[in-house]
Amino acid sequence: MPEHAHQVDVPVTRVDGNAAAGPLGEILRLDITTAIGRCRHCGSAAPLSEAIVERDDDGVILLCRSCGHTLVTYLSRAGRQYLEFAGLLSLSTA
Amino acid sequence: MRVTPQGRILVLDVPEWPGNLAGQHLDLRLTAEDGYQAVRSYSIASFGDGTTVELAVDMLPDGEVSPYLVEDVEPGDMLEVRGPLGNFFVWRDSQTEPVQLIAGGSGIVPLVSIARAHRAAASTAKFRMLYSVRAPEDAYYASELAELVDDSFALDWVYTRTAPVGFARAAARITRADIEASTLPVADNPLVYVCGPTGFVEAVARILVDLGHPAERIKTERFGGK
Repeated sequence: MPEHAHQVDVPVTRVDGNAAAGPLGEILRLDITTAIGRCRHCGSAAPLSEAIVERDDDGVILLCRSCGHTLVTYLSRAGRQYLEFAGLLSLSTA
Repeated sequence: MRVTPQGRILVLDVPEWPGNLAGQHLDLRLTAEDGYQAVRSYSIASFGDGTTVELAVDMLPDGEVSPYLVEDVEPGDMLEVRGPLGNFFVWRDSQTEPVQLIAGGSGIVPLVSIARAHRAAASTAKFRMLYSVRAPEDAYYASELAELVDDSFALDWVYTRTAPVGFARAAARITRADIEASTLPVADNPLVYVCGPTGFVEAVARILVDLGHPAERIKTERFGGK
């Protein structure tokens, strides 16, 4: 806004995990933004929709809202998509 | 249709659209003549079946996409969208618990979708909406929201810069007292949806937790800011 959903409109935008549903879904084919993610660094758990999200034209970074460490990075480059779970220890249902 | 000084409602005809839940969003991609692409997410004001998708877009002065959507795009132009997206910030008419909706600025869009779905389902779930805007002319959907008010839908306003003549509350940012006075109490155990700029959402969520609302009963959606 939602931009994202929402309305952020510059090359690097800070939104939240709701806006990660589209990019992450390109690889996963399912919506993990409703799942509770636990941060490997600080141990806090929250829905991925609540994560801080920084988005630019190449990708999306999800950051833990408690400690700021990177949870997930998504990169789209030269027609391929990459997903790395650097700081995401686990996912669980709500 | 320009509906606020800086905003426009866009109605898209998307033949393949599978319908969407109230509160979902879509990603919109623009491609420049040189191939440069920009993707932005926009909340959807419409819900349910059908291939007509309604957005409300605020123009951000330094934005790459929103000025085009607000000032330039014409009926008949083609846009590329992907969605519906997101299953977190949604409301389904099978939900029966009380719901508090809190919007800042254009954060009203997904909450309008939820309020419309509540009305369309003739849901008796107790709903209350608190809508914070700079000034009356900045409000989206003001007359429609006023018409939704009934026994199961209450509407409260906060004006942050200019209040209408005769409005009891002076224009100011939303405070703990506003939320205490104009939202469903903790005793109702409402599910609370908060959408707006990041600073607004963070401030409101902090107040809600401070008032005793469990964090897991607060759903948030943020855009912009720090």
